[in-house]
Amino acid sequence: MTTTADRPASAPQLATTGTGSARSRGGERRRQVAWVAAAVVIIAYALIPVLWILSLSFKEGDDINNQRFWPSALSLENYRIVLSSDIFLTALRNSVGIAAIATTVSVVLATLAAYAVARLEFPGKKVILGSALAITVFPIISIATPLFNLWRTVGLYDTWLGLIIPYLSFSIPLSVYILSAFFREIPWEMEQAAQVDGATAWQAFRKVIVPLAAPGVFTAAILTFFAIWNDFVFGITLTSTEAARPVPAALAFFSGASQFSQPTAPIAAASVLVTIPVIVLVLLFQRKIVAGLTNGAVKG
Amino acid sequence: MSTTVPAAAGEVTDDLAVIHHGRPRLSDRARHERRLGWLLAGPAFIVMVAVTGYPILNAVWLSLFDYRLTNPDGREFVGLGNYGMILSDGLFWRQFGVTSAITVVTVAVEFVIGFALAMVMHRALVLRRSLRTAILVPYGIVTVVSAYAWQYAFTPAYGFVNPMLNLDDYNWFGSTVPSVAVICLSEIWKTTPFLSLLLLAGLAQIPEDYLEAAKVDGATAWQRFRRVIMPNMKAAIMVALLFRTLDAFRIFDNVFVMTQGAQGTETLSFLAYRQTISRVQIGLGSAVSVILAVLVVLIAVMFVKGFKTNLSQQRG
Repeated sequence: MTTTADRPASAPQLATTGTGSARSRGGERRRQVAWVAAAVVIIAYALIPVLWILSLSFKEGDDINNQRFWPSALSLENYRIVLSSDIFLTALRNSVGIAAIATTVSVVLATLAAYAVARLEFPGKKVILGSALAITVFPIISIATPLFNLWRTVGLYDTWLGLIIPYLSFSIPLSVYILSAFFREIPWEMEQAAQVDGATAWQAFRKVIVPLAAPGVFTAAILTFFAIWNDFVFGITLTSTEAARPVPAALAFFSGASQFSQPTAPIAAASVLVTIPVIVLVLLFQRKIVAGLTNGAVKG
Repeated sequence: MSTTVPAAAGEVTDDLAVIHHGRPRLSDRARHERRLGWLLAGPAFIVMVAVTGYPILNAVWLSLFDYRLTNPDGREFVGLGNYGMILSDGLFWRQFGVTSAITVVTVAVEFVIGFALAMVMHRALVLRRSLRTAILVPYGIVTVVSAYAWQYAFTPAYGFVNPMLNLDDYNWFGSTVPSVAVICLSEIWKTTPFLSLLLLAGLAQIPEDYLEAAKVDGATAWQRFRRVIMPNMKAAIMVALLFRTLDAFRIFDNVFVMTQGAQGTETLSFLAYRQTISRVQIGLGSAVSVILAVLVVLIAVMFVKGFKTNLSQQRG
């Protein structure tokens, strides 16, 4: 991503008039302050709802009714409740397992497809890209309800595999776009050079392109994980018990279960726990995620 | 983010054509390339199309029947009867209205906020890293969590919003408009970052000289925005708006968590869910799913036509 280079560029134009320069330097400082203020507002916008749910998760007993943003005392009671609840723990195991398998398979299949799309000439390429695009915009519920019928008849209803399969279909298109954009920017001559030196197309792919493409693949994996981790529609339509129900779906049914005297605070604690992996990934890989989203969607 | 190599694959075919003197017959290498192409892309293609194509065709088929899961023997072919029943039902049009209203409001608000976010992310030199990290939190967070956070904030018993606004025990979830407003807030908070990142990508592609030239010629900030930035970002704006509109139109999670469709907040996705899963009216539910899919396709076509940009060219 290109950094902004506009500030230095305005210098020569200002050098001609002394007064203009002085005034502009004051304006420059004011403008800097304005940018900082804007940035702080945006950061607050992004984080306040997260801080709120975090704060709720620390409220114990009647403290939940204090109607204030912050808790009066920090209590880990809600976390204890959630972490000793089978509903949450099995859901968490389902989410982690399903997301790990689906992300891995999805990214492998998408990587192969994206390589073909970006590098090879073959009939039907447009069909592949067209259907990928169609799927990304398709209303998920329109697929989930017929899958509900189909899965019941073939025995995939309420199983891990029953969720993994639709997750693949809906995450592959995004990865194909992100990765084919990455692959197009990899120096093509290097692969040709390898082929001139006697490597087959497959060897050229494995030895030359894979190492260069690894960062892109990694980014695609993070975004795929986010999408799967976030899923709710498939999670509630294609499961009925703890056998496969992932966390977002389990969270939505927490309230109805009435296992807890007042589920609000435990739900907040569970919400915080499912948000932790997201925050960790964002903190570690901010640059990659931004690059992946902007690259895959607009360019390519 | 250097410029992309245009049609890299095309260049190579040309090279091969030169080497092999003419192009009528496929060279071994070209044939190999074709086979490898489908070998690599085939599995992904099959997974994508089989799992979406078959269910949707199945849904079209089932939508022609009066079919309730609890009474499989009573399954009866009714042709377009389900569609007629849905489209002549006032409730459907109300839900269509709610869905459309949510879509228009959230996308409009998100476009304005998203553009501002993108400008700040593009220009701000300080806090650059923190800014981008913070913005990714709503993007990555689970929608159900976002829904709970906003719902609890507006719940009279324990939310901080009512005391802040001196609203005492005003019930936000007691009638349609305020409920929809809170649903929109959660949706906007969660999805604006995605839209703003797409716009940021468009902003980054505008050559700085254009803006400099406009500045030298005495263009005001607003003129530079209207005349230089907007026209040069047409493609990015279209992609961002199209994706967000289609995404907003299938809104489900926020509605499910916050209101369960109560107070007239039911959207079309929610209707499809309720008919099929809760009421096991497979025929009717499938018809709703098909209508929803057709509406989404219509919106996409309108968008692409409206912007007169070929999407497949954009996306390569």
